[in-house]
Amino acid sequence: MNATKKRTLFDKVWDAHVVERLPDGTCVLYIDRHLVHEVTSPQAFEGLRLAGRKVRRPDATIAVADHNIPTMGRANGIEEEDSRIQVETLERNVAEFGVPYFPILSPQQGIVHIIGPEQGISLPGTTIVCGDSHTSTHGALGALAFGIGTSEVEHVLATQTLLQRPAKNMLVRVDGVLRPGVTAKDIVLAIIGKIGTAGGTGHVIEFGGSAIRALDMAGRMTVCNMSIEAGARAGMIAPDETTFAYVTGRPYAPKGEALEKALAWWKSLPSDEGAVYDTTVVLDAAEIVPMVTWGTNPEAVVPINGVVPDPAVEADEGRRVQLARMVEYMGLSVGQKMTDLAIDVVFIGSCTNGRIEDIRAAAGIAKGRKVAPGVRAMVVPGSGIVRDLAEVEGIDKMLIEAGFEWREPGCSMCLGMNPDKLTPGQRCASTSNRNFEGRQGPGGRTHLVSPAMAAAAAIAGHLIDPREFT
Amino acid sequence: MDAFTKLTGIAAPMPMANVDTDKIIPGRFLKTIKRTGLGVHLFDALRYDAEGKEREEFVLNREPYRRAEILIAHENFGCGSSREHAPWALLDFGIRCVIAPDFADIFHTNTFKNGILPIKLSREICDQLMEDAKLGENARITVDLEAQVVVRPNGEEIPFEIDPFRKHLLLNGLDDIGQTLQHAPRIDSYEAVQKTEKSWMPGISV
Ligand code: SF4
Repeated sequence: MNATKKRTLFDKVWDAHVVERLPDGTCVLYIDRHLVHEVTSPQAFEGLRLAGRKVRRPDATIAVADHNIPTMGRANGIEEEDSRIQVETLERNVAEFGVPYFPILSPQQGIVHIIGPEQGISLPGTTIVCGDSHTSTHGALGALAFGIGTSEVEHVLATQTLLQRPAKNMLVRVDGVLRPGVTAKDIVLAIIGKIGTAGGTGHVIEFGGSAIRALDMAGRMTVCNMSIEAGARAGMIAPDETTFAYVTGRPYAPKGEALEKALAWWKSLPSDEGAVYDTTVVLDAAEIVPMVTWGTNPEAVVPINGVVPDPAVEADEGRRVQLARMVEYMGLSVGQKMTDLAIDVVFIGSCTNGRIEDIRAAAGIAKGRKVAPGVRAMVVPGSGIVRDLAEVEGIDKMLIEAGFEWREPGCSMCLGMNPDKLTPGQRCASTSNRNFEGRQGPGGRTHLVSPAMAAAAAIAGHLIDPREFT
Repeated sequence: MDAFTKLTGIAAPMPMANVDTDKIIPGRFLKTIKRTGLGVHLFDALRYDAEGKEREEFVLNREPYRRAEILIAHENFGCGSSREHAPWALLDFGIRCVIAPDFADIFHTNTFKNGILPIKLSREICDQLMEDAKLGENARITVDLEAQVVVRPNGEEIPFEIDPFRKHLLLNGLDDIGQTLQHAPRIDSYEAVQKTEKSWMPGISV
């Protein structure tokens, strides 16, 4: 490594974790933190067992069940057999291999990408992986965090490393100041609308600029969470005082002298002045408005005051066909105003927007109002700690009084693996991250929105600019 | 993992871009603790109607494509979730090679780990192969990994690029973990250095 080379945040974290560089450029990359959940790990543990291997560093691993556990009546056990088997398998595996585990009924339980930062397990400058693509969330702390498949989960369990090639550097800068009522979710949807769902392929995106710096950690996590929706390997934000204040005092974060030592390194991580990016994209924060997806991938997004676009204006035939299919699947007509779309279900939660700040935003709109007749609205906190905090603050009550369901933590309707799913044709305003066909249940129609817009839609009964409620 | 050397087979044309992993295998089928048995749910929503009956118009429901071993698609194949159930479902169905203009990163890595070869070729060439594939039974396509060529039914050879390390693993059916463990002494020494340098990083225990 050339010591004088100007390096990006990604370069610095990467370089610090290279165990060995193979002749063809592939690197053996050391992994500091491995998060494990019930859906993508059973085959990995089975692989270890068959090969007679151990978990190399249980003390760098944490397991939790989140994807398919019920969000109601959990104390009575899991009714669905295959879900129960998956969770029981995880519990057996963590016991057998000595992996730390947050049990389902413990307050530490929650969506893996919520609990990592919340517990101080995810730290700046670390490498973090999980068998889940939204691992990019943890990049908000200035970590290099990315999703892996089950074979790689097994690889990390066995070796604490991964074979990786360095990614390209992309800078997405959001300059200026957001207008009131515009949120982190709107920023990231606007970014994906601009660069497309494959715009970040092969890159690690560093989000920068004054509008990103001004976000709190929850907002930064929302932005990094959806980097994968732009095709990026990971998203990162340089650690700063906001980050340090967030990390300090968390249960698994360093304390005292150790914290001082860590801070010294963390402060050296932001990209060097003059570091070169392979790609740079710039957005003006003042131009971003509340956003909503209309189609079946996250780049099919428009401002809330927009309309369903006309596929016929697309030059490329493949794209034309794809967009026409989206219009049909979503039950829309060309030129229809987004605000005219009536909503059947509202889902507030997920690793994108299941943090306390998100729930406060929703409650702020719901307070003193009522969910529109015929709308089913649910709020699923991202972790037991978020749930408990909301209950202490009394915002669960505000939501319940307004007619929202208040659930137990988990992934829930984000991917419809547990009983919370859409039925065919149902239209949902969802704070999650994927609007793929059938993602929230077969035939379900998902519009991705911010927590404020989701709550506003629940009250209005149709998609609406949340600024009308403030 | 099975080695991949050379394959001659039927290719199924799937002229769609952004085929996401939820489309390849919907979330509700991920509740398995095995790698096998997912083939019946491959492309579930495209393949079956609401009653579970096969949709005749879907390519993999038609002969000879029920026996396809190669899949040809458009841009950004495999985007979305990291679920390795996607390549498992493809493999369980019998697909050993996917040809597309580009792939989403995680899916791309996952295919290699399961002995499936992802080949990136330009959109133009993919479209030619798509036309070949439409000829069905009469148009076998050959994929030769050693020589790094796709051979069209008319004999035309199309070269493709592949990472040499991945090629080596795939040709020999080698498991990555075994490869990495050859570097175990380096991992040990890295960890030893980190113990002092990153002494601030606490271990996790509950
Ligand atoms: S909340 Fe949704 S996106 Fe996040 S980890 Fe769970 S299923 Fe994946």
